[in-house]
Amino acid sequence: MSYSPATQQFLKGAKDGLPFHIVIWPFAAIFGAIATQAGLNVAEVMGFSILVIAGSAQLAALQLMTENAPTVIVLATALAVNLRMGMYSAAITPHIGKASLATRAFAAYMLYDQPYALASIKFEKEPDLSLSEKLGYFFGVAIPIGIAWYLLTLAGALLGEMIPTDVGVDFAVPITFLAVVAPMLKTLAHVASALTSVVLVLVLSFMPYGTGLLVAAVAALLVGAQVESWMEKRKAAA
Amino acid sequence: MIEASPTQIWIIIIGMAIGTFLIRFSFLGLVGDRPLPAWLLRLLRYTPVAVLPAVVAPMLIGAKADTDPLRLFCAAVTIIIGVWTRNVLWAILAGLGLFFGLGAVLG
Repeated sequence: MSYSPATQQFLKGAKDGLPFHIVIWPFAAIFGAIATQAGLNVAEVMGFSILVIAGSAQLAALQLMTENAPTVIVLATALAVNLRMGMYSAAITPHIGKASLATRAFAAYMLYDQPYALASIKFEKEPDLSLSEKLGYFFGVAIPIGIAWYLLTLAGALLGEMIPTDVGVDFAVPITFLAVVAPMLKTLAHVASALTSVVLVLVLSFMPYGTGLLVAAVAALLVGAQVESWMEKRKAAA
Repeated sequence: MIEASPTQIWIIIIGMAIGTFLIRFSFLGLVGDRPLPAWLLRLLRYTPVAVLPAVVAPMLIGAKADTDPLRLFCAAVTIIIGVWTRNVLWAILAGLGLFFGLGAVLG
């Protein structure tokens, strides 16, 4: 049996996305469980996971709602947590920007951390993939993760109290991100960018609502690009 | 417990849904297939290494995190295995395996 190139890429994406399921499944179930324990009904819990589909922002919003923060603060904080996805949108546009508006809108709905991270690695390694192959790969990562997110949130919401929520599963989130970044630390420019990002976000932690994160990220982008162009000049001079 | 009314809860859900979608759609929707300048593309190559460490660092170190030597150790192992093997899955398995393994042993 032979598959079209786009389908082959979809299957590759689904396979490359598998490691993330180790993290997504418990994360979704725990979100469902703590949201239910905090007093949300199943429709509200599923409203978060289906309409918003952004784990860390959902957890941040839930945390603030249990502290009875004003609605405006909940919204502002949750959206600030998601602002990094504006950079994902910019980064993925050169690769899939030629797709139809409806396809781009669907890709935007699924532009969470994992498909972005894997697709940007893949498209940098294999820039000659066609548009349909790139879309195939992106959705191959994104769709199974999205479905897992819905189903495990639902399981968590229905099982509620039976799910232990204090087993340290929150640690899975930083570990996943570190595991994505570490293999990318392959040049001095990448290392310099990552270090700038870490140092600045800690120095700027006094800034409200996660705005320090954005400043740190933009500075780290500039450092990475600058070091890259220095290294190219040194290479050209040598 | 959450004391917000169902209306407030749905305002938060719908507001987050629309806001998050607009953030994700921003460049994809507006720029589409117009070419981006080379300097911008160079910057964008660094988005994962520039953004993700800034998301992670405050979870592990800094004023708001409850800094835990076990977590820091496991995070360091994750980075080392990731750099060494260039494989996301091995790095996750090493970091989480060690965390839950040592956690069970140390209580």
